[in-house]
Formats: sequence, C-alpha cells, structure tokens
Amino acid sequence: MTEALLFSLTIGVSVGFSAGYLGSLMVLEKMALVGDALSHVALPGLALGILYNFNPFLGAFAFLFASAVIIWYIARVTRLSFETVVGALFTLALAIGILIIPEPDLLEALFGDITKVGLLDTSIAVIVSLVAITLTKIIYDRIVLGMISEELATSTGINVGRVNLLYLLLVSLTVAIGIKIVGTLLVGFLVVVPAATAKNISSSLSRYSILSSIFGAISSASGVLLSNYLNLPPGPLVVLSGTTVFLTAVFLKWLKFF
Amino acid sequence: MSTLITGNNKDYVLEISNLTVNLQNQTILDDVSFKLEKGTTLAIVGPNGAGKTTLFRALLNLVPYSGRIEWHGKAKIGYVPQKLSVSDIPVSVKEFLSFKTTSNTEACVNAEDCLNAVGLSGDLMSRELRVLSGGQLQRVLIAWAIIDKPNVLLFDEPTSGVDLDSEEAIYRMITELKNKNEMTILLISHDTHIIREYSDYMLALNKCVTFFRESKEIIDPDLQEMIYGEPVCQMK
Repeated sequence: MTEALLFSLTIGVSVGFSAGYLGSLMVLEKMALVGDALSHVALPGLALGILYNFNPFLGAFAFLFASAVIIWYIARVTRLSFETVVGALFTLALAIGILIIPEPDLLEALFGDITKVGLLDTSIAVIVSLVAITLTKIIYDRIVLGMISEELATSTGINVGRVNLLYLLLVSLTVAIGIKIVGTLLVGFLVVVPAATAKNISSSLSRYSILSSIFGAISSASGVLLSNYLNLPPGPLVVLSGTTVFLTAVFLKWLKFF
Repeated sequence: MSTLITGNNKDYVLEISNLTVNLQNQTILDDVSFKLEKGTTLAIVGPNGAGKTTLFRALLNLVPYSGRIEWHGKAKIGYVPQKLSVSDIPVSVKEFLSFKTTSNTEACVNAEDCLNAVGLSGDLMSRELRVLSGGQLQRVLIAWAIIDKPNVLLFDEPTSGVDLDSEEAIYRMITELKNKNEMTILLISHDTHIIREYSDYMLALNKCVTFFRESKEIIDPDLQEMIYGEPVCQMK
C-alpha cells in the first residue's frame, strides 16, 4: 500500500465514521436534506480558498460555520423548519460558488479528489472527526430527548436551542472535511444513506448509531479503494459502495435476517 | 381575577398570582391566581385552546409570562406530556429511562424498579418505545416522571388514546403513587368521571371565564355548560 493510499484511506474511514454518526441524528430529526443542502453552502468558501491561495478547507468551514449559525437563528426566530431555511440559502450559495470558482478546480470541488492529500490533511481529518464524534456523543441523548418531546427535554433542564446549535456546528465541521473526499455535491450522501441503512435494521438507539457509523466508514473506505484501483474519482464510487450496502441491508431485512 | 385557596393549613406547594400569558398577540391565560395545598389533586378543565397546556408550559418555564409563579418547599416537578414523537425513533425503553437516571436521588433503585412501580414488567426494557401500546407508553412516561422522586406531578391528558380499562388502572396507579409519596398533582383531563373520582378541585379555563369548584360538582349540567360552552365574557 502506498503512502498516498494510506492517507486517503485514513481520511475516508474517519470522515465516513463521523459523518455516519452525526448523520444518524440528522435522519431522526428529519433533517436528511439539511446535510445535503448544507454541503453546497461550502462552495463559495472553497472558491475563495482557491482564488486567494489559502487552504480551501478553511474557507469551506468558515462558510459552513457562518451558515449554520444563520440557519439556526432564522429557524429559531421564524419557527420555520431547518429544511426550509437551508433550502432557501443553499441554491444561492451554489450559484455564487459556481460563478467565482476557477473552472479547472470546479470538478474537484463538486466531486472530490483525494489523490493529493498529505499528512497535514490526514491529521486534520482525523482530529476533526474525533472532536465531532466526542462532542456529539456527549449531547446525543439530549438531542434525541428534544426530538421526542421538546417540553420533556426542557423540563429536565436541557437547553434544546443551544444543543441544536452545537450539533449544527459539528455537522458543518464534518461536512467540511467530507468535501475533500466526495465533493460538495455528494457529501450529503455520507450523512444520509449510512444512517438510513442502519435505521432499517435497528431496534435501539445505540445499535442504530454504531451501525450508521460503521456503514459510513465501510462506504467511504471501499469507495477510496475502488477509486485507487479503477483510477476513477472517489466521490461517485463512495456513493455506489454505500448504495450497495443500503440495498444489501434492505434485501437481508426482506429475508427476515434482521 | 379568580382565586382558589385549597384547604386551611396553609401548607402550600404552589402560589400563582395574576398569571397572564400572551402568545403571538393573543391572550391565552388572563390573570389567573390560585394557591395549591400540598397533597391536593387539581384538575385543569376547559375546551380545546383554553390554555390548559399553556398553564403547564408556564409552570415549567417554557413560555414567557407576566405575574408570579412561586413553588414552595423545594418543589421537584415530574412532567408527563400529552404526546411524544417516537414513531420514527428507534429508542428502547431502557435507553429512554436512562436519559434521566444520572442523578443520585432516584425514587427507584434502577430504571427497572421504576417500571415495576408503574405496573410494567422489566421484560419491556429492551422493547422499542414506538411498538408499545398506548397504555404501556403512558406508564413508561409516568415511570420517567417519578424516576427522580418528584413531589409535584403535572399530567397533560395522561390517558389520551388509552382504552377504558387501562385508563382506570393508570389513574388507580397514579393515586397509589400520590398517597405513597405525598405528591401534589395537577391534571389536565376532559373526562368527567376521571375528574370526579381522582381529583379534589378543578380549575376551569374557558377564555375570559376562569373559576374553581370542588371536583364532585363536575356532574352539574349547568356547570359543564359554563366550562365547555360559549363563554359569557361579561360574567368576569
């Protein structure tokens, strides 16, 4: 195994695992499309990074971070759902991003490329994933209780608004690193499909969140490996691998295997 | 302003003065005042939209309000909401109860004991909340509410969607818990029989009309008309 493949695989596994874990909450919250749409908001940030020669990841994260705060605030003030607010913002961000990003870099931004990753990118991805998973684990029960009943959560002293904001920020962080592998157009897949696969075959929250993380890591790792052997972009292959896992789970469930 | 003072020994657990709640430019609760004695069961009655749940939300500090809400004697509140959104969440009974079992002052030694206290078997621990029957789910919610040994319980229609036999069983169980743990109960219900059998007083909310009566009076047709009929606002 070459050093480049090792780095790619490490990024793939850490991002897939964290996206699967955080995505498990997003699917429960019926915010599946939020993760997808949120990723497009990163495009103008990536473009600025490329244009002004700084790490595009930082640009993407800055835009995602700011968007998460704006979305949270608008949803809180207007009582509109997260999906509605994100839906209104993401097409604008996508349009601006496509207009200002240099054309040779557009494909990479949209569909991802991990052939050029080094030790720094890998270290950032691993550390960010660990931070996102750890913090989400701390607030996981509180978010679920808030979904079950906001009154019940608040009556036990949980600040539902603050916990949701922290969660959105962690999703931004995860999406920002996920873009490196699968690109802005496909990163939503990592947040949604592993969780949907796990939900279909889970009867408890712990099993659901662990399976979602594992399916995320498997999809991502197999996509990276296939990309290396077939010399094709990793993003679409991650999606194909994840979809295969999803369909296999549906089939096994149909056979009453679960 | 309507005022109820239950009992004479002045061992009050709750005092509410001039409670008014306005939401989205509408007055939901208007100048409600009462004192509630420890160990009393107060039924909150009235038509839909009269502000019964809003009163609970104010008591739990979930909505902005004017006036004063004062809990006495280190009131610890257990809350049983009207409904849960569990249909899409794969959470087991054990996991749900574990969300609240972090304090050191549980009424039950463990979550399974709490289930037994509400008449459920420990076998239910591994079941998903979303596959439970209406009666089982309500009992799990009551187990949740008593887990940290509250001395006040707020029930928002605790048996909606539950069959009649289970409803009686749940109220008998609530009464047993109340007597055993000396709890004060505030209960929202539309059921005349339940109000008469299982509460001491009732607070009627019907827009501009707010009044108190002993619960046994609920069978009076004229009183029911005042509670559920078109309110005559000049009466205030």
